[in-house]
Amino acid sequence: MKLFNVPGGVHPKDHKELSADRAIQAVPMPVELSLPMHQHIGIAAKPMVQVGELVTKGQLIGMCTRGAASNNGITAPVHAPTSGRITNIAMQRSPHPSGLPEMMVTLEPDGADAWGELPAALDPASSSVSELVERIHRSGIVGMGGAMFPTAAKLDARNNVDLLSLIINGAECEPYLTADDRLMRERARNIVDGISILQRILNVPNVIIAIEDRRVQAADAMSDATGAHKGMSVVLVPTLYPMGSEKHLIKVLTGEEVPSGALPSALGLVVNNVGTAYAIHEAVRYGQPLVSRIVTVSGGAIKHPGNYHVLLGTKVSHLVETCGGFSQPPEQMLIGGPMMGLSFSDLEVPITKGTNGILALTKSEVKPGTHRPCIRCGACIPACPSSLEPQDLFVLVRNEKIEPALDAGLADCILCGACSYVCPSHIPLVQFFNYGKGQALEMRNEVMRAARLKRLSDERLVRSEEKARQKKAKQDARKKAIADRKKAHEQKYEGEVKA
Amino acid sequence: MNRAKIISAPFMHSIDSVPRTMLLVMLALAPATAFSLYQFGWPAIILFFIIIGSSLLFEALSLLLARKPVTPFLLDGSAVLTGWLVAMALPPWAPWWIGVLGGFIAIVFGKHIYGGLGQNIFNPAMVARIALLISFPLEMTFFMQPQPLFAEQSPNFSQALDIIFMGGIDIDALTSASILTQIKILHFDGQSIGGANGLVSDLPTAMLGVLPGGMGEASALLLVLGGVFLLAVRIISWHTPFAMFASMALIASIAHFFNPAYHPGMLTHLFSGGFVLGAFFIATDYVTQPVSNTGRLIFGAGVGALTFFIRAYSIFPEGVGFAILLMNAMTPFIDHYIKPRIFGRSKSGEPLTGQLPQGGGK
Repeated sequence: MKLFNVPGGVHPKDHKELSADRAIQAVPMPVELSLPMHQHIGIAAKPMVQVGELVTKGQLIGMCTRGAASNNGITAPVHAPTSGRITNIAMQRSPHPSGLPEMMVTLEPDGADAWGELPAALDPASSSVSELVERIHRSGIVGMGGAMFPTAAKLDARNNVDLLSLIINGAECEPYLTADDRLMRERARNIVDGISILQRILNVPNVIIAIEDRRVQAADAMSDATGAHKGMSVVLVPTLYPMGSEKHLIKVLTGEEVPSGALPSALGLVVNNVGTAYAIHEAVRYGQPLVSRIVTVSGGAIKHPGNYHVLLGTKVSHLVETCGGFSQPPEQMLIGGPMMGLSFSDLEVPITKGTNGILALTKSEVKPGTHRPCIRCGACIPACPSSLEPQDLFVLVRNEKIEPALDAGLADCILCGACSYVCPSHIPLVQFFNYGKGQALEMRNEVMRAARLKRLSDERLVRSEEKARQKKAKQDARKKAIADRKKAHEQKYEGEVKA
Repeated sequence: MNRAKIISAPFMHSIDSVPRTMLLVMLALAPATAFSLYQFGWPAIILFFIIIGSSLLFEALSLLLARKPVTPFLLDGSAVLTGWLVAMALPPWAPWWIGVLGGFIAIVFGKHIYGGLGQNIFNPAMVARIALLISFPLEMTFFMQPQPLFAEQSPNFSQALDIIFMGGIDIDALTSASILTQIKILHFDGQSIGGANGLVSDLPTAMLGVLPGGMGEASALLLVLGGVFLLAVRIISWHTPFAMFASMALIASIAHFFNPAYHPGMLTHLFSGGFVLGAFFIATDYVTQPVSNTGRLIFGAGVGALTFFIRAYSIFPEGVGFAILLMNAMTPFIDHYIKPRIFGRSKSGEPLTGQLPQGGGK
């Protein structure tokens, strides 16, 4: 297949050799699971259980009705990853750099790990599309590549456009991460089954499974598994960061660019991650909701890096212990990859649906540098996959010029970090762009809030004028009635006097 | 300027850093510099260290005055490199005060009054060279035949101190015009350059650097090697030097074709004076050249063309410094108009119109 060029990109050392040859392993049952109610983009789920309640594996413990006007269909339920007792429902520290507390349900496993009653297995061929989508939603499946966008909501694109292709993202471009690689190497058949379910739902004639050209074994396994499936092909894409960005994957595969501000469906395309396809397979074929995922634990400070099958809610500390602990104190702990991951320091935070990796990096891996002034070297420009001029955006955002920054393409920045990676002055560009995007959102909200206030006050004015008018009309009527009565009375009295 | 814990991704970094960049540029300059220092002997060596020392001194003073952290900036290599380039742009036996003044103008007026590293519009070394050239034309055009170190006529260390600090030199005895100056003299005299001591046939010697000239004009060959090294380690992009060479070669060839009696051939233009130094080391200064590759092509072409016209028609024999400063002034303008097309947007910045398949809503 002919491939196309993408702008920008960088080649960081991938460090995948640390964990790529480690088969997926189970993790001993933790003593406690913490389940955030917000493991997806959109509205948080609400706890559906009580403290002290016994739950079975796969039991619904948090949800928010899909399709309610308030959430636009963008939400996902949360299920119990194992059987046990609910011991706490409270705000706890979130797995986010801010460490702000969020609603979590704490589960104490009973060790039996017993599934409860699950929904019946579905035969994709004989089930209706809406049945399949409903199953995906009820199973709590979200984008497993890290974006955590509810998959059922993504599949809604089929209602708006005729889709041409489904692209399966197996381009795990973040350094260190090998979770998708291992999943493809070990469970290719199940992934392909999940892909064929997606293909049926979206009614697309062809499916492209994109894998980085350095992941040869994964590509071979996937090619073998796709054998009999019609319209499915495995395509090797260049190993380049950020190849896994869906817009850039589309560009490489089709030569087309997703219009700024639009979704891939604007080109008739839907992109899903291999892990998502795997979760769909389990939900449809076995009725099992999303309660676990594959996590790469790696980095120079981890004694035995590897890939693990982890129950959601497992604490990072437990996972690190499973890997033999630290070989040296880590300089930096990360959730996700080193290019776009989130830093954290409290090891008592849980693994969630979007956690594809836990990294403990040493100082020599992080290479912290001294922040210096921009010397306008322009190295960030050829690195930017969105063809922006990061050095320019940086100056605008630093000077709080958010409008001009938006004109210069701030909204098109995908926060991939390629610019910061190459910057010889070690300027934390992504941090500035994140801030700028936050300010832009704030501005838009402010404009919307002002418009809403104006509308409300206008409406109130109209209402109060109407009220005053009605009141006056009522008063006039009453006055008139009184006057009439008085007149009638006087007439009557006069009449009586005359009589 | 803090080494605070990184709080935002990415948590990996390439090997690039400002000090590494400066170091590699100095490494690239080293062979040509060493050769020049050898060619011009002790006075040149003493002057070289005077300029670098004074650059560091004025850098430290400026940083103190601006209340910026002194150590990290002083150690980033930028002041040393600026001083080094000033040295390359001066006559090798210039008096000590020319050197100190050069360091002062470059660091204070070239850089710090704009706000320090990364903020200046004009290349500091060229600001110093041009300011000195206009203010002290005699001292700034004093070139002589190379006097290799340890050669018989080469001054020893104490004689060199005398030359640099006391002006103990009989200028007329040693002075010798560079190729470009010889051409300019012929122009002034209204003579044809054709017979001028076989100018063009001297080119191989010119490239090796055994003709009279400034420090940085000595060895075109070693400067080209340094430039190729910078290209290889990706410190500079090819756009600016290529455009400079191409535009100069083109214009000089045309001019020479039509009037060989007035215009020397393109090789003389390319490899004499400070053209090679300018192309690889001065015009490629990140801070003062455009950021985009297209912008750099325009910028380089402008420098090449302006250099030609200044050399051919102004009263100055050499024009690289003026040309670079003039194009530096154009850099913000070029950067404003040359913008890449943003991914997913048209050239004018509108979102692309997607190929929305027809018949939505099955």
